[in-house]
Amino acid sequence: MAHIQLKNISKTFGNHTALTGLDLDIADGEFFVLLGETGAGKTTTLRLIAGLEKPSEGQVFIDGVDVADWGAAERDVALVLQQYSLYPRYTVRENLEFPLKPKIRRLPDAEIKDRVDRAARTLRIEHLLDRKTDRLSGGEMQRVSIGRAIVRKPRVFLMDEPLSALDAKLREALRTELKNLQMQLGATFLFVTHDQIEAMSMGDKVGVLNHGRIVQTGTPHEIYNNPRDTYVASFVGSPPMNLIDGKLVNGRAVMAPLNFELPFSGGAKTFGGLKAGAATDGRPLVFGIRPEDVYLESGAPVEARVHDVENHGVEKILTLRVGDATLRATVPARTDVAIEQAVRFAWNPDKVVLFDKGSGVSLRHAS
Amino acid sequence: MATAVMTTLDPNSRSATRGMSDLTIRNLFIIPTIVFLIVFNIFPLLYSLGYSFTDFRASSPAAANFVGLQNYRELLNDPFIWSNFAITAKYVIVSVVGQVIVGFGVALLLNRDIPLKGLLTTLLLLPMMLSMAVVGLFWKLLYDPSWGVINYALGLGNFEWLSNPDMALYAVAITDIWMWSPFVMLLSLAGLSAVPKHLYEAAAIDRAGSFYTFFRITLPLVAPILMIAIIFRTMEAFKTFDLAYILTSQPTTEVISIRLYKMAFQEWQTGRSCALAYIVLIMVLAITNIYVKYLNKVKER
Repeated sequence: MAHIQLKNISKTFGNHTALTGLDLDIADGEFFVLLGETGAGKTTTLRLIAGLEKPSEGQVFIDGVDVADWGAAERDVALVLQQYSLYPRYTVRENLEFPLKPKIRRLPDAEIKDRVDRAARTLRIEHLLDRKTDRLSGGEMQRVSIGRAIVRKPRVFLMDEPLSALDAKLREALRTELKNLQMQLGATFLFVTHDQIEAMSMGDKVGVLNHGRIVQTGTPHEIYNNPRDTYVASFVGSPPMNLIDGKLVNGRAVMAPLNFELPFSGGAKTFGGLKAGAATDGRPLVFGIRPEDVYLESGAPVEARVHDVENHGVEKILTLRVGDATLRATVPARTDVAIEQAVRFAWNPDKVVLFDKGSGVSLRHAS
Repeated sequence: MATAVMTTLDPNSRSATRGMSDLTIRNLFIIPTIVFLIVFNIFPLLYSLGYSFTDFRASSPAAANFVGLQNYRELLNDPFIWSNFAITAKYVIVSVVGQVIVGFGVALLLNRDIPLKGLLTTLLLLPMMLSMAVVGLFWKLLYDPSWGVINYALGLGNFEWLSNPDMALYAVAITDIWMWSPFVMLLSLAGLSAVPKHLYEAAAIDRAGSFYTFFRITLPLVAPILMIAIIFRTMEAFKTFDLAYILTSQPTTEVISIRLYKMAFQEWQTGRSCALAYIVLIMVLAITNIYVKYLNKVKER
């Protein structure tokens, strides 16, 4: 169990800058998810913590100790990779025993057996123990590699997209299993993923990484409801937050190029921190609204046409066309709409997030 | 099967307009090879099998008499032949073990990011490209007791490499190791670079020491391809002739193929030498089979 801190980490590979000025603080026993697109620097961050790479600048602290000179072995971390990296030619049991068997820290045989059996029980792979690893399915392999991490009781678990190579059903199952495992062990987890659903459903805290920088850190709730900038707003959530250019005029939101207006009165109440001056009339803004906060109503202020309907079972995702702009709305599945039908919609004014047009930063965060 | 392997000729192709069918073209390629094989390999093989049961001497006009298994019986009871086999076995073990140690060691050294790696590898492969006879003649000069560069470099005075009966076989083996270690190196290098890097990272994370990693990950993964190198080298070493023949003529370096050569072309005991050749062939086949069995076992694990 450990507390991990990264201070002002930069990492370059030749001409390519992977990370710049990265600060990260992962509390003891926390399930921290690092979320970002491919190439954002997630894996690099993980490898830096594991000791497989050295930072070009900055420091890594584990429990307050600068670990710059420590190799991967001394850091006592466990790493689960996307490509499983099981040791070929060995059985599942031999794979699980591997981290316990090196001579230097050889444990008594009974202890090894006990730990392997316990890990196998936790991950429900007891029946596979004597099977060769190349005869396992993807999900089984990934469980074995997680098993190899937990037999050792490391200080930190690092997981690099462990679920991405699995099919959807299995991914869901392992997601729950991993979360339970973490709570059961009370261990510090750093989980890297590009899948925002994984991040939202598993993380105690989520860090959003973009182009080698941490854009926002917070609970999934904060990230979702109060994104720091338009990047986070559009990256987290599926379908993403609607972002519409406009400005405020007399307490109403006026969407500039499209000529439609929506009320923007209640917003000020909920955003306690919003300074009146920040969102002055006429300042170019981006209005962000989650699709579930857009609703159809016969008497609503704006008319739009239905451009597309995606049926997701419990809900429908509509793409609405207003002028030449589109926005998404999540509506109950029983809503009866057809493509090209004219509808009227409104939004929940309390849920609107304002972003500065120039910098893309949310006004709530800028103030 | 044949139809699955063969593709149909494009009706507009030049060959088709000349009236050639798929079958004609196939035969055009295959028949010369088969004829060649029959004339130069299969026929002599069977013909010499026949001779091995006779007292035929190629040097005399006397007709060959059928003597049954007498040649085999006498050869297998001949203590000199067995000493030739013992010398061969010793030579095979020394030279193959030496090549594996040197070749695999160099491969381990080369299997990392070092500058000029490609050039270095190519240079190290050069000995393998030379002709056996040339290597033999050069090493004879290098081994020369009074002005050879080896004694000079090692400060050994007038140490006699090739005329010392106890040393001569090792001297031949050293030359063979020098020449063929690159072969083992090349195959090992291919095997080593095929080991996925993330396995080493996983092992480092699992806090395995370098010895543990080597014996539990590197070696098992390289073993099959290393085994192939060993099979090839063993077969080659078993039938070594040129190096030993050129370098020295000590009785302690008379490996089985030199004995065979002397029997066939100096003593002209043609029938008996055919029998000996068959004995050698069976031995090589037997050894190779043991290796292949073992290789399959290594692969299966």
